[in-house]
Amino acid sequence: MDFTYDDEQVALRDAVRGLATRAYGDFEQRRRVVAEDPGFSEKVWTQLAEMGLLGLPFPEEVGGVGAGPVEVGIVAAELGRVLAPEPFLTSVVLAGGLVAAAGTPEQQADVLGRLSAGEAVLAFAHHEPWGSPGPAARWSPTATTVTASDPDGTWLLGGVKEPVAHGLRADLLVVSAALPAGGTGLFLVPGDGPGVSRTGYSTYDGGRAARVAFDGAPAIRLGAPGVDQSATIVAAAAQARVAACHEALGAMEVALSATTDYLRTRKQFGVPLATFQSLTFRAADMYVSLEMARSATLWAAMVLASGDRERAAEAASRAGLQVSRSGRHIGQEAIQLHGGIAMTAEYLVGNLTARLTALDHLLGDGHHHLTTLAAGVGDYGALDPLTGRGSKEEHA
Amino acid sequence: MQLELSTEDEAFREEMRTFFTTQVPAEIRETVIAGRELGRDGYVETQRTLNAAGLAVPHWPVEWGGRDWSDLRRHLWLEEMQAAGVPAPLPFNVSMIGPVLAQFASQEMKERFLPATANLDIWWSQGFSEPDAGSDLAGLRTSAVRDGDDWIVNGQKTWTTLGQYGDWIFTLVRTDPEAKKQAGISMLLIDMTTPGLEVRPIQLIDGGHEVNEVWFTDVRVPGENLVGEVNQGWTMAKFLLGNERVGVAPVGTVKRNLARAKRLAGNQLNDPLLRARVAELENELLALELTALRVAAHSAGGEPHPASSVLKLKGTELQQAVSELVLDLAGPAAYSSGAGAGSDLPEWTHLAAPAYLNLRKASIYGGSNEIQRQIIARTILGL
Repeated sequence: MDFTYDDEQVALRDAVRGLATRAYGDFEQRRRVVAEDPGFSEKVWTQLAEMGLLGLPFPEEVGGVGAGPVEVGIVAAELGRVLAPEPFLTSVVLAGGLVAAAGTPEQQADVLGRLSAGEAVLAFAHHEPWGSPGPAARWSPTATTVTASDPDGTWLLGGVKEPVAHGLRADLLVVSAALPAGGTGLFLVPGDGPGVSRTGYSTYDGGRAARVAFDGAPAIRLGAPGVDQSATIVAAAAQARVAACHEALGAMEVALSATTDYLRTRKQFGVPLATFQSLTFRAADMYVSLEMARSATLWAAMVLASGDRERAAEAASRAGLQVSRSGRHIGQEAIQLHGGIAMTAEYLVGNLTARLTALDHLLGDGHHHLTTLAAGVGDYGALDPLTGRGSKEEHA
Repeated sequence: MQLELSTEDEAFREEMRTFFTTQVPAEIRETVIAGRELGRDGYVETQRTLNAAGLAVPHWPVEWGGRDWSDLRRHLWLEEMQAAGVPAPLPFNVSMIGPVLAQFASQEMKERFLPATANLDIWWSQGFSEPDAGSDLAGLRTSAVRDGDDWIVNGQKTWTTLGQYGDWIFTLVRTDPEAKKQAGISMLLIDMTTPGLEVRPIQLIDGGHEVNEVWFTDVRVPGENLVGEVNQGWTMAKFLLGNERVGVAPVGTVKRNLARAKRLAGNQLNDPLLRARVAELENELLALELTALRVAAHSAGGEPHPASSVLKLKGTELQQAVSELVLDLAGPAAYSSGAGAGSDLPEWTHLAAPAYLNLRKASIYGGSNEIQRQIIARTILGL
């Protein structure tokens, strides 16, 4: 039992923090970058590749670094602190994670090699537009309206995915699609391939997303044929969710410190805001929320590192629920305690709250996780975080 | 970072679990688990059992029975104890006055009091709070005036928990009325059988008798009962209130109660809103327990982990929320609070409302949760 980073992990954190601060320590610089397409800095993306961060979670044989979820979390948290717009989470952890989990050795070597080297940006095209199958299927690991067929030995995709984070800039799309025999398959499609049409737009957190339509688009099946990849999607989403929790942790830390700085310096009625107990108490509650989220997130990373898939999904949900609650609390309070200044686009705090909101919805929000967890509460007595399991037997 | 306990710590945990579930009488543990009142004898028998096994005062200095455990082991010790329904060693003895005596008292006073304190041969009461000095403790007015070698004590203490069982009371008294608030306070140990000392019960909203007023009218206290130096009381009070890093959040107890609530819920657990309420509480409790583990496993020197201030605040909130859940599970049946053996309703429904009402205290005592917010705002956030 140890919640502290070792020397190598501290060195990684410091290195990433250095790079992130140089790139976006000045928030104006971040504003300039997200104003221009593709919404992030190709130069910074290359620097991340040079530091080995884009191959961080992948095996060395395929060009990666072979690090684990704790290291991935460290990077995500540092990027979260400065609201770095580079798609580390969606391109590397999520889309790359799917290729690492489902791809053949050749596909892994090719795709993850290019991803790690900064030569290809990936996007996971999974979310399907509102309507059928409707809101109940949000964050489902299956595909419904995008379908795959192989009439003459070549896989062809049809249907629409939207919104796809960084779907316009992506060189390669990882697409989920309903298989003719049932189940959900994963496919690789070049972003500019035949039968693919993309419409890009900006998102409220300064990011980019796209509508991606497939009209008989030729696709390469990821991994072996005949495999339903829903479980792979669940597992990759759990990995990405814990990384997202780390990114949110970075954003929450900065939202709180910006707020306390503001309370100390901003004067109203002739005195600093920190003079007012009602405000400092609210800041104290933000700290409680932050530490609860930190505990759940660090724990979830360790559970992931243990390699037990079933435990990992549950731990990711538990961290997801806590971070959803904490993120909304801290984001909303950060704005309120700042007052009007936080409503402006040029000020950091409102943007942190926007990003926290996007992260909350990316892979299942608090309600979603609570629904999952509530379904199982009758199956065990008390939860034991050390084993990650509910104990059925009663003490005493 | 490492999730698992070391093999040694895991074995330690198992050893504690086995001891608590086999060596402490089942009747005592069942009383605690059911939430019934545990009388003086139950506390005394348990603590003597623990003390005989070297498990009553592990955080004291080794020469007085301490075990030199890591904070993590103390956490595991306490959590297993709570999970098994073993009443914790009397906090007034082992967490409050014991460590203070070990740190500040003369050798003679240590020899006189510490072994008896560890074994609960002396039941200590705490005499800090006064009607006008609660969280603002430095406002206390009970006075001690020199008369030859003795002190003459006059005044009133309040909220003296379980004072009806007390043999001795450790008090903070004003020994220099001219000095600034904190500077004129001393610590005196007072035999509760001394003439002029009177314990009066305070009835609480749960109907129980848990706290008392203690009145001092010309109570004569031998000079040798002064702890440390005159006017050093504030230093000792701060030491007493600040030296607890482990155990401020009753995680094991709350966990046990939440698991029990699910059992008591029966069919009610089919209600999706109730399931969601339980799941939400479980998740927060998990985050709290992990925070407690982060604090306990923190090996960096004597500095308290900043997150430790979260524990009391969030721990008592969750403790209260679980008692509220049990109350709601009982619903109208909770109205049977005064029912005895002739009732058709299960015992837990009788106890639900008193427990809920009683636990409102948790966010008030030991430094109210507003004080905890103040501490977080000031010392961690620099506000």
